[in-house]
Parts: sequence; C-alpha cells; structure tokens
Amino acid sequence: MADNGERLRRTMMFVPGNNPAMVKDAGIYGADSIMFDLEDAVSMAEKDAARDLVYEALQTQDYGNAELVVRVNGSDTPYYANDVKAMVKAGVDVIRLPKTEDAGMIEDLEKDVLAAEKQFGREEGSTHLMAAIESAKGVLNAPEIAAASDRMIGIALSAEDYTTDMKTHRYPDGAELEFARNMVLHAARAAGIAAFDTVFTNMDDPEGFYRETRYIHQLGFDGKSLVNPRQIAMVNKVYEPTEKEIENAKNVINAIEEARRKGSGVISMNGQMVDRPVVMRAQRVMKLAKASNLLDEEGNYIEK
Amino acid sequence: MEIKQTAVAGTLESSDIQIMLSKGNDGIQIDLESDVKKQFGDQIESVITETLKKFDIDNAKVKAVDKGALDCVIKARTIAVAQRALKTADQPAWEVL
Repeated sequence: MADNGERLRRTMMFVPGNNPAMVKDAGIYGADSIMFDLEDAVSMAEKDAARDLVYEALQTQDYGNAELVVRVNGSDTPYYANDVKAMVKAGVDVIRLPKTEDAGMIEDLEKDVLAAEKQFGREEGSTHLMAAIESAKGVLNAPEIAAASDRMIGIALSAEDYTTDMKTHRYPDGAELEFARNMVLHAARAAGIAAFDTVFTNMDDPEGFYRETRYIHQLGFDGKSLVNPRQIAMVNKVYEPTEKEIENAKNVINAIEEARRKGSGVISMNGQMVDRPVVMRAQRVMKLAKASNLLDEEGNYIEK
Repeated sequence: MEIKQTAVAGTLESSDIQIMLSKGNDGIQIDLESDVKKQFGDQIESVITETLKKFDIDNAKVKAVDKGALDCVIKARTIAVAQRALKTADQPAWEVL
C-alpha cells in the first residue's frame, strides 16, 4: 500500500470541478483532503471544461498540506481515459475511482495511471489510488478491492448509490448501512489503508450529522466525506481527543522515551507493561491533539 | 489552426469568465467586459491571447465576460473554448495544458 503512514484523513471535502469560485477557495477551510469532482457534480456538456479547470487550478493554487484527490469519471464513460491522463499529468496525489465493483477495475486503473506517468514523465508510483464502493457487489468485494494495488490509500462508502442498489434509501439511524460500513472498514483495516464514511447531505440537521459522525468515529473510520465546508469543524470536534486521553497518551509517550533512555526493550507505565497497541493509540491521540490545536509547542495541553 | 465552429466556455458566475470564440480574419480581436478592466484588462487579454497562440490560432474574434476570474481560470476557459471551436475537445492538447 502507498505511504499511508499515519496521515490524518478526518475530512474529505467534495468540490464541484467546474465551479471556479469553489475550486479556488477549497484550500482555506482546513480539510485534511480535498476531492475535486469531475463525475456527478459536472454535467455531460462540461466534462472537458471541468477537467481543464481542475488541471490549471492544481498547477497554480496553494492548497497547503491538504491531500489532493480527484474523482474521475467511471471507466465505462468516454471521459475516463482523458481524466486519468490529465490528473496524472497535473500531479494530483490521489485518483478516486467511482463505482468500483471488483479488484480488476483497480488493476486496470493502475495500468492506465502507470502509462500516464510514463507518458508525462512523472515519477512512477507517485499517483495514489482510492476506490468508492457504491453497490452490493462492491461491498462484497471490498477486501479484494482494498488490497488490489500498492498504490491504494483508502476506500470510501458512497451511500446514495448503494442504498438504491439495495432497494432502500437512507434512514436517520443508518441501520441500512451497517453491513456496508463494517465491510468497508474491515477491508480497509485488513489492507492497511484508510476508510472514509459516506456524505451526510442534510445541512439542516446538525444533530443528525453529529450522531452519525460520532457513530463512525466509534466504529473506527478515519473520517468522513463532506459536501459542505461547515461540516469540517464538526467532524474535527468529534475526532478531537479529550484532555484525559491526551494526558494518558503523553504518559505512554514518556514511558517509551524513558525505556529508550534506559535501553530497555520493555515499556512500563505505573508498574504495568505497555504493549504495542497502546503505544500506537497514544501516538494517534497525540497526532489528533496536535491537528486539533490542543497542544502548545512543548506538547502541553492548552486549556480552551 | 482553423476555427471550425463558434464555441462558448465558462459561465457568468462569480470568479468565472465566459469566453466566446468565433472565426475572424484580422488577428485576435478581443472584446472584454469586466468590472476590473481598468486594472486587469491587459493581463486578462494577454492570458487569452497567449493561450490561443499555443493552439496556433492567429485569427479569431473573442467575446469575454469576466466575473473576477483568476489567471488559471482564464487559461482553463480559453483552453476549453479553443478545443471546442477546433472540434478537438475529446483529444486534450497535452502540450498546452
């Protein structure tokens, strides 16, 4: 899998690819990932113009540290080949394939991306991939999709198409998505890549948005796809560690440091052995705390 | 290259520029409408002209309505309208992008 290290991917904001105002401002909201959309947000007649616009914006605009993702049109459309070539040439971080049904689609995409990297003289392997799962077949094949390529950085559940495929629709309690969410999440974890939850489109229901975000946070998702920049702060709030969690994580980190100084392979804290999962959780808590601006330069908790 | 048909790209929304390109026979003639024409008119026209030249378009009439577009947007819309006018929109001009 591609450099998945421990990059935070709490928020992936959708940006319609043919809207200059939104494309130009996409970097100011602090999203961990920005996803420029060439697919559903762009009408058939404007596919070429959107591709040109996203390409030129990627050449010139400063999106800070955000991971830059482009959702290309599906491989069954006439736009797919040019979308992939243009975005590889533009040097985008990640290409997101919509409606992924099986590992073969990712393998084909990988070939197309590699060919484009060669054609435009980009470093081979520098373009990462992710898959959107939008059907029953995709959900059942999620494990093989997630593991289909070393370039894969994540998979995302896309609930609108999925619920239609399942002959249902979205409900406030999300029971209809339970199986799909767990499949996508397990597939991602087994492959060592990120898992993104689906969008929540009702901007008039912040309570529902918080409920859903807390739920997917509890399950273990890396983050959520978003349609509105207002949702970024809301997701970050849910992912923000508590003061107690930070204190605990700091103690673990200090214990590691102490063990290292003593040359001891075993880390102990309060007389108890600290094992690897605890260390990894602590490191993630510290990373989240830093991203949430809860730490000063010396790593101390900042009272709000 | 010869313009094959009149084409339009871009919208009249904020931060965009709408460009119409049609056949001409007296160089590149630009009719620009913009609230910031006084400050940025020359810059906008030069981005359009430079981009058209990369397509070897030497004669054309351009009608542009600017709504505060950045240079990258002006370039993107000019590329789109040029490829539509040349009927090559399905074969992106990689050397121009």
